[in-house]
Amino acid sequence: MNELLRVHGLVAGWQRPACAALSFFVAPGEVLGLCGPNGVGKSTVLAALAGRAKVFAGRVEQRPGLRLAWQTQEVPPLAGLPLSGRELLALTGAGESGLPPWLAERLSTRLDRLSGGQRHYLALWAILAAPADLLLLDEPTNNLDPAGVDHLGASLRTRAARGQGVIVVSHDAEFVNNACDRVHWLESEHVE
Amino acid sequence: MWSELFLVPLLTGLTLAVLLPLLGCYLRLRDEWLAALAYAHVAAAGALLALVANVPPLIGGMAAAGAAGAGKRALAGRLAGGAAYAFLLLGGWALAVLLAANQPMAERLGHALFDGQLYFAAAAQLPWVALWTGLALAALAALSRQLLLGQVYPDFFRAQCRPSWPVMAGFDLLAALSLALATMVLGVMGAFVLVFIPPWLAFRRARNWRSSLWLAFAIGVLAYGVAFLLALFLDQPFGPVLALVLMVLALLAGG
Repeated sequence: MNELLRVHGLVAGWQRPACAALSFFVAPGEVLGLCGPNGVGKSTVLAALAGRAKVFAGRVEQRPGLRLAWQTQEVPPLAGLPLSGRELLALTGAGESGLPPWLAERLSTRLDRLSGGQRHYLALWAILAAPADLLLLDEPTNNLDPAGVDHLGASLRTRAARGQGVIVVSHDAEFVNNACDRVHWLESEHVE
Repeated sequence: MWSELFLVPLLTGLTLAVLLPLLGCYLRLRDEWLAALAYAHVAAAGALLALVANVPPLIGGMAAAGAAGAGKRALAGRLAGGAAYAFLLLGGWALAVLLAANQPMAERLGHALFDGQLYFAAAAQLPWVALWTGLALAALAALSRQLLLGQVYPDFFRAQCRPSWPVMAGFDLLAALSLALATMVLGVMGAFVLVFIPPWLAFRRARNWRSSLWLAFAIGVLAYGVAFLLALFLDQPFGPVLALVLMVLALLAGG
């Protein structure tokens, strides 16, 4: 199997199917965008790939030993927790190299004393820079300013150049067009 | 004589004053500090029940708390929002008080457990407490990263195809057994206050996780030493004195 991941006729959901059947693959070094209107099941597809959502039909083939890193839209519960940015990165095994300067200089600060944008990017980076073969990113540009979005796009290209695969779910069309090699559109009309 | 009367209880309690604040940091991390109070009450009930049944109280207390810790996940599935801990606490308290009120042989131990009379700690307990503390600290060090990950990135284990339940269930059991042992030595509230206040203060003041562990440890040991001396010289029960010392510390620190 040359691809990192191959999906055949996948129908994923929670109590019931939440998306129409879809097929796609991700090769090493490729950034794939999953796009579509709200409620079409984009996040659910990522959750199914990570093993959290239910697979109702179809199948998912992974390269043996594939290491996944999954960023969800859920905000880590950091309020009142004495955890520094450096400690957060160490938890997932994420490296500090490549962090934007405005974040690198604040790694010793408690996460609950950072701004919302800084905290979000650091929580994203802890997944983005974790040792993984395939990154699953769910709306990563939420709460990011333009500088953060630009840095994220450049970071994804850097990771792809190293052979990592990336699947990005995003409603940000400009970001998807700039950062992704291919875009797979999800349709809602076939959801039961 | 002095050694048997004071040194053994001092060292036994001091050993637990090292463990409990650190354990409390992980309970607070998981928002399970109420579990400590529940385990302590269940342990007290188990100890009194064992005494009535002519079984060593330590075994009864640890068995009851261990069962509560092991069954906590199943119970929490039915009773969400911390209600499981409240039920365990109430059940343990009710059973313990009724046993102490109706069984003469349970009355003295019941008072010791709820008053927090550290001076009843026996020489035979110290090696067991020291051994358990060593094992528990080693286990906490080994579980620390997974416990933090489980709280901050609960899906990390799933995405890496690693089950999280062995780590979480192992910690539940470790917490329950540690609280049971501490309850037998420090009493219900003496054990709980060391699990609750030092981490509470440390979480507010510390700059990072590592320093929060050190700060909780320092607060716990300092308060324990002060409370031991005060209780000894004022001839007061240890548990309430320890609780007051820690509360004063919290107020002085501007908690």
